[in-house]
Amino acid sequence: MTLMARELKASYAFVERNFHLTKRYWGWEVAWLVYSVAGALAISLIGRSEGSNRLLLVLVIGAIFWNFLSLVFEFIAETVQWERWEGTLEYTLMAPVRRYAQLLGSAVYAIVYGLIHTAVVLGVLALFFQLDLSHANFATVLTFIGLGSMSFIGIGIAAAVLPLMYVERGAQMVFVIQSVLLLVSGVYYPITVLPGWMQVIAHVSPATYVIDGVRRGVIEGTPISQLVGDIWPLVLMGIILIPLGMWTFGRAERYAKRTGKLKRVG
Amino acid sequence: MTTVIEQQQTAAPVPMRTAAAETTVRRRQLDDAFPAVVAEHVTKRFIVGRKRKSVLAVSDVSLRIRRGEIYGVLGANGSGKSTLIRLMSTLLTLDAGRVEVFGHDIVREEMAVKQVINRVSVDAAFFKKLSPHENLIYAARLYGLDARVARAEAIRILARLGIGEKRLGRPLEQMSRGMQQKVAIARALLTSPALLLLDEPTTGLDPRSKLDVQAFIEELRDTHDSTIVLTTHDLDEAERLCDRIAVLNDGAVVVEDTPEGLKAMVAERHGAAPTMESVFMTFTGRSLDDDTNADESDSDDD
Repeated sequence: MTLMARELKASYAFVERNFHLTKRYWGWEVAWLVYSVAGALAISLIGRSEGSNRLLLVLVIGAIFWNFLSLVFEFIAETVQWERWEGTLEYTLMAPVRRYAQLLGSAVYAIVYGLIHTAVVLGVLALFFQLDLSHANFATVLTFIGLGSMSFIGIGIAAAVLPLMYVERGAQMVFVIQSVLLLVSGVYYPITVLPGWMQVIAHVSPATYVIDGVRRGVIEGTPISQLVGDIWPLVLMGIILIPLGMWTFGRAERYAKRTGKLKRVG
Repeated sequence: MTTVIEQQQTAAPVPMRTAAAETTVRRRQLDDAFPAVVAEHVTKRFIVGRKRKSVLAVSDVSLRIRRGEIYGVLGANGSGKSTLIRLMSTLLTLDAGRVEVFGHDIVREEMAVKQVINRVSVDAAFFKKLSPHENLIYAARLYGLDARVARAEAIRILARLGIGEKRLGRPLEQMSRGMQQKVAIARALLTSPALLLLDEPTTGLDPRSKLDVQAFIEELRDTHDSTIVLTTHDLDEAERLCDRIAVLNDGAVVVEDTPEGLKAMVAERHGAAPTMESVFMTFTGRSLDDDTNADESDSDDD
């Protein structure tokens, strides 16, 4: 078996395992789906209460696509925490699998899971609000989802080292990162309302560009060719963040092996 | 016992009943010239607690484990057994010394080492919501095995351990601790490891499960060509299963020999009763019930 085939098989192991876990925790999956739909509806209804169709769409898109990005981030960032909780972290890290194969499998599943989850939320909201998406440019939407996923995979991999290094507080730190991204990325409001220092952070958050690009694609039907200003930062972030995340993860794994932090469970 | 080991070392490899074809090929490629494990002056420290106290978990350990033998590491809680296993498993880095597994340096050739080892820990590390089948297929794929071959093999191994095929589909959390440990052993054997690291595999099991697992390890010794490193604090288990035993105390090997050799040693040199308990008391100065109070909870769970 070639090295590539072996690594792909290993990557598939993580996809299949995560699918089985989703299936076994189906009750929680339903609960999270209901929570996501309820949250998106609650936020979007603010737009309806204001009588502004544009505000409604801004909020719907913010809620739905933040849901997607945060799912991708959570799935990857919590990979270590999840295994630590199950007690399988040592077993997985002892297997003859290169880390990129493991993270590739986790990332592929995270994107597929996120897309399905988001499609359900989008479907419910579209029916609830009778959204008119006839002007939407779906090529733009898909492009930004793809590029945004790459950046969030990179951030997720880098964030996954926190539970590796900080056994008890790592998961909390991941949650804080996610919260900061939500706050500064203009998910529900333009970033211009933020204080100046927050706007600086907003410009290095990939979510800022994804949400803006998707909004313009859906509401105004803007083609990709006119959104270069949003695309190039995402491409750049994807190119930088994924290798940086992998490098960080490798360093953290060495640290955990030196200090004995792989062992702890729970 | 030595004769048996020498026979195993010189005879043609025993046909592997549990191996997938490609794993067999990989195993055949292991160079017979190398011992299963060579550890030289291995040392591992941990920094623990708020006062950042340095705890010596493994101290200048040197071992040479022959192919095909069951090598016991006997020690009280906190003596460094699990740390030693984790070092061999590449789950910890060495502070000093070196370890080779079938001639592969565990630092420079980590991936090659990972391909020929597997480990069963004291706590059966599984996704408890998943079924044995789902957990085993996951493991098989990680080790590059064909899922269908792995399933057939898992059924065979688990049947030998008294777990029927119909139990394969239920979540592991519905199984007893003893059954979970049997599945853990099946998972390790599925990958046909040339070096099987059993870290207190019978600790916490009910007497029946313990006997089942011990009998299975004996069967492995007779039918399988794996080398097994077994850590335990069960004196009877060590005597029954191991070809040679190293007694570990405060992270250091204090004595090493065959069970018969150890018993003879304490009888001849120290005038003690020729039992494993005497061996342990003589060389560690304490009974196995005396847990070390070293606060190295980060470093060792044995």
